[in-house]
Amino acid sequence: MDLSAFADAVGATDPVTIAGFGSHGGGVEGVRTVNAPAGIERIEPEEMTVRCGAGTPVDELAAALAEHGQQVTLPSGGTVGGSLAVGRSGVRRLGDGPVRDAVLQIGYVSAAGEVVKAGGPTVKNVSGFDLCRVLVGSWGTLGFLGEVILRTRPHAAREQWFAGSLDPFHVLRHVHRPAAVLWDGATTWVLLAGHPADVESQVRGLAVSEVPGPPDLPAGGRWSVPPAEVADQRGEFVAEVGVGIVHRHQAPPSRPVDPAVRELHRRIKHGFDPTGRLNPGVDVLTLGAAGAGA
Amino acid sequence: MVAALRRALPSDRVRDGRTELSLYRRDASHMEGTAIAVCFPTSTEEVRACVEAAVRHDTPFVARGAGTGLAGGAVPPEGAVVISTMKMTRILGVDPVNRRAWVQPGVLNLDLSREVARHGLHFAPDPSSQQTCSIGGNVANNAGGPHCLSEGVTAAHIMALEVVLPDGQVALLGGEDPEPAGYDLRGAFVGSEGMLGIATAICVRLTPDPLAVCTMLFDFDAVVDGAATVSAVIAAGIVPAAMEMMDQLCLRAVEAYIGAGLPVDAAVALLVEVVGLADGVAADTERITAIARDHGVRGVRIAADDVERALLWKGRKSAFGAIARIKPNYYLHDTVVPRRVLPAVLDQVYEITARHELLVLNVFHAGDGNLHPLIVYDAREPGVMDRVRAAGEEIVRVSVAAGGVLSGEHGIGLEKRDLMPLMFSAVDLAAQATLRAAFDPAGLANPGKVLPSPARCADVAAVPEGAWI
Repeated sequence: MDLSAFADAVGATDPVTIAGFGSHGGGVEGVRTVNAPAGIERIEPEEMTVRCGAGTPVDELAAALAEHGQQVTLPSGGTVGGSLAVGRSGVRRLGDGPVRDAVLQIGYVSAAGEVVKAGGPTVKNVSGFDLCRVLVGSWGTLGFLGEVILRTRPHAAREQWFAGSLDPFHVLRHVHRPAAVLWDGATTWVLLAGHPADVESQVRGLAVSEVPGPPDLPAGGRWSVPPAEVADQRGEFVAEVGVGIVHRHQAPPSRPVDPAVRELHRRIKHGFDPTGRLNPGVDVLTLGAAGAGA
Repeated sequence: MVAALRRALPSDRVRDGRTELSLYRRDASHMEGTAIAVCFPTSTEEVRACVEAAVRHDTPFVARGAGTGLAGGAVPPEGAVVISTMKMTRILGVDPVNRRAWVQPGVLNLDLSREVARHGLHFAPDPSSQQTCSIGGNVANNAGGPHCLSEGVTAAHIMALEVVLPDGQVALLGGEDPEPAGYDLRGAFVGSEGMLGIATAICVRLTPDPLAVCTMLFDFDAVVDGAATVSAVIAAGIVPAAMEMMDQLCLRAVEAYIGAGLPVDAAVALLVEVVGLADGVAADTERITAIARDHGVRGVRIAADDVERALLWKGRKSAFGAIARIKPNYYLHDTVVPRRVLPAVLDQVYEITARHELLVLNVFHAGDGNLHPLIVYDAREPGVMDRVRAAGEEIVRVSVAAGGVLSGEHGIGLEKRDLMPLMFSAVDLAAQATLRAAFDPAGLANPGKVLPSPARCADVAAVPEGAWI
């Protein structure tokens, strides 16, 4: 995909922000807005990769991949670029891994308005520093994603949610590699994916029954805790067991940041965007916390 | 400098004897450097003290694990302090329910898997050197292995890193929680080949052992049939735990070495392993066998029990021992290509090595297109090194030209540093250098690796003397 028109739009001097569908709050208000190119360029089922513009809707990508019996580890909704810029995984992270592990190559536009390539097109690659990992979850503060190559994975023959009143840690211990385990303090939901007979044999002896899907997640607060602390959660919540994401109505408290880590952030931002023109005012260290907006 | 290190550490753990220094001139690659001292810290605080002493004396330093790296990443830059992590060998804690462990960097890969086996868990990255390589080294190189086809490479298995930054500060990158605030500094650090600091404690993700396993060996009359089987399996929506390929010369060498009953008259053999639960494994085994039959498979051998399974894997893992029977020296390469071009690139590998009058064995991770051409030679033969070097560079070039990458799991180090422009533009490389400078403004952590100096970017042809020896 030719990113030169996108690079021209980003330019090299004035403050600029990027927006997808606004599913994560949209761009920075009052700043000139650009949009990443959209479109699926190539699906390669036998390589388990897909190349697409960052402006491609995640759901459009998912539908196109489903025709090949494949899927990509991005939560539904919004654009591919938006999802990667935010870097938040869906409730299937326990089984599918985090969003960042799905990214193989990124073509982005730098603060200098240049097209830069990070990573490589193959499913395995350790050539040079892993800039893709830094860009995923960077909220457009280091560069604007233009085009990506993602790793895909096959759909399982059967995927089914089950729920029941049982100890989520019992499920985690005794069910072999569930795709997700959710818990609200009373009910446990488990998603099993695999051969139909294996799915049946796994739930045999568990006090659960089939349900159409996961529970509604409280919106507004996404708390990230060590998975060992999930058992201590109280109040109204839905927790991702074995992972450590706790969905609540309230925003999480702001977290203390180690001064050495803060200084690394400052130097990285300064190195990639010396004048602070990309998504001005966005501080990745406080995003999502109470009182920080976004 | 050495006196300062002796103040930082008990003096018997700072060595500068000539014999000892000579042991640390190289890793498992074919390149050499010169160290002025080797330190053996036992704690984060001691690593910090070593780094601080080096920084105060404006002296480069290089972290070193077990020294099994193949790309020269641990070769000391001229006059550097080597900081060995091999006395930091404690497993600090295991949480079997949430499947995490904290380890010191000198813990050996296989030792961790053995330690957590009683919980039905293992550490998924399994490089061929897993009996001797350290987890700190796995982090530095983002190590792979046969089972990374389904489980992913080391980066997918590291949650958090306590590191000594190149200025001597200690920081926690990533965290036990899934979404630490800010940039993914943990992800930046994994695979950074010692150039962003030294990991002193590592939080790894542990993987549950499968409840069912099936290992199959298929053999084919033509390489192209084996390679097409690999692509067809993936396209059918099956991701085996591993898909490994061995060509005829390799099969013969291994069979002569261990006598596993390998098909020595086949052009190529494909070792496939599927894991999981009983019904899924049985179904996948059947489907994979059918796909192989569609592609003209000659022999199908399915391991009947754990003993036979271990024997088939021994065949795969003995390749490096076996080749010593053919020639005394070898040079192992590591590139990745899209699966669909495997037959064409393998043909080019045979053509290149034949033209340089060299013998090549291929034993590699076919499932993810990760080639490992193994050039065998006798270093006493006059002029052979020039041919080995030239053939190696051609193999890297054809791999990248076929849509591939420079390295799948060995890293760039010194070996491929000056070939980085084959894959990356000057602008791409400058962005990587920006990340490096943010972590290490003074450039003292393992300088001279991975990134070519800007002057060299323009001239890929000028590979420095020694880089391919």
